[in-house]
Amino acid sequence: MKSLRRFINNIKPDFEKGGRFGKFSATFEAFETFLFVPDKVTTRGTHIRDSMDMKRTMTVVIVALLPALLFGMYNAGYQHFLSIGESRSFWQLLGYGFIKVLPLLAVSYITGLAIEFIFAQVRGHEVNEGFLVSGMLIPLVMPIDVPLWMVAISTAFAVVIGKEVFGGTGMNVLNPALTARAFLFFAYPSEMTGDKIWIEGLKEGKNIIDGFSGATPLGNLAQNISGHLPNNLDAFLGFMPGSIGETSKLAILIGAFILIYTGVGSWKIMVSTIAGGLSVGLLLNAFSANDYMALPAYKHLLLGGFMFGTVFMATDPVTAAQTETGKWIYGFLTGMLAIVIRVLNPAYPEGMMLAILLMNVFAPLIDYYVVESNIKSRLRRIKKAAVKPMN
Amino acid sequence: MPQVHKIKKGLNIRLVGEAEKLIGKANSSEYYAVKPLDFHGIIPRLEVKEGSDVKAGATLFTDKSRPEIHFTSPVSGKVTSINRGERRVILEVVVKADPMQEFELFDTGNPLEMSRESVIEMLLKSGLWPAIRQRPYNVVANPKDTPKSIFISAFDTSPLAPDYDFIIQGGENEFQFGIDALSKLTSGKVHVNVSDEYSTSSGFTKVKNAQLNYFRGPHPAGNVGVQIQRIDPLNKGEFIWVVGPQDVIAMGNLFKKGIYDASRVVAIAGSEILNPRYLRVIGGASVKSLTEGNVSSQVHRYISGNPLTGTQVMPGGFLGFYDSQLTVIPEGDHFEFFGWALPGFHKFSISRSFWSWLSPNRKYKLDTNMNGGHRSFVITGLYEKVFPMNIYPMQLLKAILAEDIDLMESLGIYEVAEEDFALCEFVCPSKTEMQALVRKGLDLMMKEMS
Repeated sequence: MKSLRRFINNIKPDFEKGGRFGKFSATFEAFETFLFVPDKVTTRGTHIRDSMDMKRTMTVVIVALLPALLFGMYNAGYQHFLSIGESRSFWQLLGYGFIKVLPLLAVSYITGLAIEFIFAQVRGHEVNEGFLVSGMLIPLVMPIDVPLWMVAISTAFAVVIGKEVFGGTGMNVLNPALTARAFLFFAYPSEMTGDKIWIEGLKEGKNIIDGFSGATPLGNLAQNISGHLPNNLDAFLGFMPGSIGETSKLAILIGAFILIYTGVGSWKIMVSTIAGGLSVGLLLNAFSANDYMALPAYKHLLLGGFMFGTVFMATDPVTAAQTETGKWIYGFLTGMLAIVIRVLNPAYPEGMMLAILLMNVFAPLIDYYVVESNIKSRLRRIKKAAVKPMN
Repeated sequence: MPQVHKIKKGLNIRLVGEAEKLIGKANSSEYYAVKPLDFHGIIPRLEVKEGSDVKAGATLFTDKSRPEIHFTSPVSGKVTSINRGERRVILEVVVKADPMQEFELFDTGNPLEMSRESVIEMLLKSGLWPAIRQRPYNVVANPKDTPKSIFISAFDTSPLAPDYDFIIQGGENEFQFGIDALSKLTSGKVHVNVSDEYSTSSGFTKVKNAQLNYFRGPHPAGNVGVQIQRIDPLNKGEFIWVVGPQDVIAMGNLFKKGIYDASRVVAIAGSEILNPRYLRVIGGASVKSLTEGNVSSQVHRYISGNPLTGTQVMPGGFLGFYDSQLTVIPEGDHFEFFGWALPGFHKFSISRSFWSWLSPNRKYKLDTNMNGGHRSFVITGLYEKVFPMNIYPMQLLKAILAEDIDLMESLGIYEVAEEDFALCEFVCPSKTEMQALVRKGLDLMMKEMS
């Protein structure tokens, strides 16, 4: 590593402001800090610092996402070969899915990071690590057959409009990965809905066995076809069609555990979202006017993108509520809204994305009222002290 | 069983190099200094020049806006230099100590029998008034105010902090005398706050003319701001005064012996100190006299105070007025290959993302590396884990950044000092410089409310 360090030290002056390549200082700095934790020391304030930084935080989230990603790749292969009636070995299925998912990841990261680097250079600050997570989340919420050019423009939209115009990482209002998904949902609705997009190769329709339906369980429920629901074990493990990362609840739970244990993800948001979803589910069970309403509340957790959204999207600290009390309210309302949109909205069988985006917009309002109550209690204390005689 | 105030939020940072409980013999320092920068907001007006002879307790400078507040010399000798920095700001007034010490004489007396005005007069003239700081704003108190109470935190939970139980041994009577003096200054109570967890000296527990309060919990349970909020919360328009335990002993000595006795016991600690222990020194002693022959050979960070709230001093510098501790830790100006991705068995973090959590009771040798670049606020809920006050820390910091005076006031800026945010600053993954920010907010409020 010493020779690498020496090499970087030698070329560093060229990339600083005023050097030959001074225009690329942010890019150089991004690569340098990727390879080496910088040698900056504390100047004001505390002399010692926690070893945790944003790079490490984002790394923890990526590690938490890996189980869902890996299973998503496996499931992509599994569903595809199921649809054409053939069987393959475990590694062949994983390899097939890997080859199909990798381009999505590559396009997402390359587009997003290129835009981030350009913005950082133009603005003259360091490249932020926020996109390391969003770049992985975007493919995980897409259907497997999404065209690569759609991934590219939705990522560009999410990074520019969803994040950079507000000021970059830490300043955005809406979850960037869901902004990308929502963009495609509204701009290309026919490509994003239906029964054929969730399994690789189903749109082309080559060699599909007779009577095979590629519909997701929620898609079936929305059309009152409740007979084809996967059993609980399959739903928990994830052997069903859906977005790449959302199917395996087991993988998502492993990720949730990693996030909670390291303190990076808020358990309060996760628990309250589940509670909100279950409570609306139970309420709808009481009415049971159609098959979707009659779906037992707990099954809402096992099907669709509810758990993925709860663990990885709703917990995004920048766009969620930022006060601890606010997080309980925000999570509960998100869960409630997700199930309401799922069951009562005839246009689309899934509600998690829209619920989270809507609550992202409401989160500052929730925080405002939580902080207001703190302010009011301080004012009450002042009034009480003014009235009490000084002894 | 007295009531114990439990502090649940916080973080104990266990560092290598805690001072052993024995008081070593210090080499007498040749030079001593009083540093006007220790006293935030004070613009000094010099009363001496280079070459002046002074006795211990003689005025070196006064506060330009409140000339009744004197800052006096801790030793008798000759003023050798007045060191200035940028824009002619006075950094240090340096006195070379005589081998035989002479003292300016003040009156003696029992403060309980004196009037409030004469007690204040004694403290002002002797140079002990600056030991009294006020909340809000965390600056030297104004003698014209009447505080609603006075707080003394008799235990320090900061990393490598001195043990005041150990330090007070032998000074219990003087401590009581100092408390008596302070009790004259407030219309309310004097509070002496001790820890419930380790044995506390009778010098504190048997104190008279004061209310004894017990606290238990991790750092920052020893921070006086946290204690104030639990016992007598500060409202807008009120004042609370704060004094350190060793300064209370000095006040007792003033009224008992009529002299300014600046001697104190200082903990010399840190991973780079070969033999960490306590030394009996005189305030303002040179760093060299405190650490000579006792430091490992590398580039170090010398800190007057503890690693969270202390001030950096140069090896040729001097101990700060308010500090009972000198810490020496390694400088962290080195690159680490993929440091943020490695398991990090030796890295300390409040998160459990480094594998150091496998050995929870170990002590750490931390250096001054920032461990990351500066980013905007991202992670939420983290500062609340180490901030036990009923205030929203991140929202208050954002209000300071926005310079929103009304919002700062509503969110409780009057109740905080920079040190209350030290732990938040330590854990912040975005590497925000919070204590500087809080200082800026306090200064803005001071200007606005004056």
